[in-house]
Amino acid sequence: MPTLQDIALKTDGVDARLVSGHRMCAGCGIPAVVKTVLAASDKPVIVLNATGCLEVTSAVYPFTAWNTPWMHLTFENAAAVAAGVESAYKALKRRGRVEEDINILAVGGDGGTYDIGFQALSGALERRHKFMYLAYDNEGYMNTGNQRSGATPFGASTTTVPAGTASFGKAQWRKNLVEIAAAHRIPYVGQAAVHNTLDLYKKAEKGFKADGPAVLAVLQPCTTNWAYDPALTMQYSKLAVETNFWPLYEVENGVVHINVKPAKRRPVEDFLKGQSRFKHLFKTENQHLIAEMQQMIDDEWTRLVKLEETGVQL
Amino acid sequence: MGVMKAITGAEAAAEAMRQINPDVVVAYPITPQTPIVEQFAKFVANGVVDTEMVPVESEHSAMSATVGAEAAGARAMSATSSQGLALMWEIVAATPGLRLPVVMSLVNRTLSAPLNIHCDHSDVMGVTTLGWIQIFSENAQEVYENLPLAVRVAEDPRIQLPAMVNQDGFITSHAVEPVEIFEDDAIRRYVGVRSMERALLDLNHVETIGAMVLPDYLLEVKRAQEEAMSHVFEVYTEAGRELTAITGHAYPFFETYKTEDAEAVIVVLNSAAGTAKVAVDAMRAKGKKVGVLKPILFRPFPYAAVREALRKVPVVGVLDRSMDFGAYAPVYSEIRNVLYDVDQRPATQSYIYGLGGRDIMSTELESVFDELLGGTVDPEHQRYVGLRE
Repeated sequence: MPTLQDIALKTDGVDARLVSGHRMCAGCGIPAVVKTVLAASDKPVIVLNATGCLEVTSAVYPFTAWNTPWMHLTFENAAAVAAGVESAYKALKRRGRVEEDINILAVGGDGGTYDIGFQALSGALERRHKFMYLAYDNEGYMNTGNQRSGATPFGASTTTVPAGTASFGKAQWRKNLVEIAAAHRIPYVGQAAVHNTLDLYKKAEKGFKADGPAVLAVLQPCTTNWAYDPALTMQYSKLAVETNFWPLYEVENGVVHINVKPAKRRPVEDFLKGQSRFKHLFKTENQHLIAEMQQMIDDEWTRLVKLEETGVQL
Repeated sequence: MGVMKAITGAEAAAEAMRQINPDVVVAYPITPQTPIVEQFAKFVANGVVDTEMVPVESEHSAMSATVGAEAAGARAMSATSSQGLALMWEIVAATPGLRLPVVMSLVNRTLSAPLNIHCDHSDVMGVTTLGWIQIFSENAQEVYENLPLAVRVAEDPRIQLPAMVNQDGFITSHAVEPVEIFEDDAIRRYVGVRSMERALLDLNHVETIGAMVLPDYLLEVKRAQEEAMSHVFEVYTEAGRELTAITGHAYPFFETYKTEDAEAVIVVLNSAAGTAKVAVDAMRAKGKKVGVLKPILFRPFPYAAVREALRKVPVVGVLDRSMDFGAYAPVYSEIRNVLYDVDQRPATQSYIYGLGGRDIMSTELESVFDELLGGTVDPEHQRYVGLRE
């Protein structure tokens, strides 16, 4: 297993697959997520990128930050494009026109994954194309200024479902991408977070090596639209895990394994406070919503632990 | 000399695809296109081709995967109709800008609503502004030959643009006709192997494909796309000449039938052109000098050549199998544009016919010819063939 230093060396300098010069926000964790995932491949990687933060900031003609074959088509179809690339790869290899082994990575934000790209993702997983899908999840349409997505958490205020006198923001819980992906009976699904590089790297390595499709859902706090100090991205990612808001776990051939179990679960307030999208929840009249949120998190955690303990196959 | 087979237009498309043996075929069923991908799936299942076939979950993903495969370096093909084309519209629009030479069969069908599975051209006429080469086919034989021709034109280094090969839903796609099939080896040599230049899978030359292009460069990208489109005429002619060496058939931009001395000409696309030729023969037997002009290459549109062909015709009737509500019908618009630069312009009349698969009879076309010859045309108002008022 590589050390953090080994990974750092692979993700830095001109040989890295995503190099500096991109236009991502100061404090954005997406480059760290993508660099770590790409470093985990021992083969060349072709990247298929859905429209979103990563795409609009990394390849603005005539510049590119990609030192690996990369393509963007549109918003909702990174998984379908990856399916096409994988099919081309199989055909051209069979016909002796391509020799090298490669990995294929489709990458999108939560909007391009949980919402508009959901059908294409499901189709590609069901057909068992050999590729990995990476969702960097900043819990909303952050590239366009914080609109609600299927990954936006309960209680969050977004520009399309703002908190107001008659609304506390999003009234629904978020989708669970990991379990939905696992329901396709694919060999590997992992949930990771940007601050835990080693865990993310290991999961990416397993995903690339899986005998079939793999999905990685990675929490990526958004300094711009969650509106916190850019220095705190890793801190918020860590708090999401320590509060059990975002458990680090994986589903390998249907079997659940929790990678990190906080010794003492911190209250969800620790994650919520300081984020503008949850500011309204701290008003006296909204305190019950935090309690409701805490209950949901604890119930989900209990359920997850049960899944692990029983060893039942998802 | 080829072998005659009794097959449908859909089977003719599949037969061409069998001979082309693309690297990747992406399929999603939709009536009346479905028999193309069904027939091709049989070729795959029986090892007749070694294509990687991807049966996707929607047309949006069909065109997305086709584009992905092409970007990777494969020769990829697909087929669709109507609603399917509408669903994949976003990616159909993106393909020419990426300069990927996808070749797709479009089996023309009415676009909903109302729902109707039969033939008209409302599907294709919604995409003619997007930058695909558009080729029309009167019958199964033309479908079969237009597909390899489209591959050669689309993939030419001077072009690198996608191409659609149209055929009429049911009328052509489901009707059995004798089709002359040429030798597999000859067609395979003709289409050759697609170049891996600019391919994602060319790992020695790392490419960024589909970068965002802002106002500082977008106009130049689109200008280059138009430049490529303008070369289609020469490449189509060259590729057509090479195909003639195999088939003995000619590949003009459009076909004229007895137009030289014609006093009235009908312009009409696809299968109805065949019916119109029958009407011409019937009219000529009665001593009436009429003819037909059938556009084949519709994008790019060969304005200058069509102008020369129609310059001396006193009256031109244009039959459209789709409408442009509140505007001149699509083919009529082109012909009006063509004739603007003629000093003594022919009179023109627009006709709407055959929507939703309604039959067009040769006798109805004879009536159209009579109307044109009778001089009662009204260029500002379209007329409807067979309309029940």
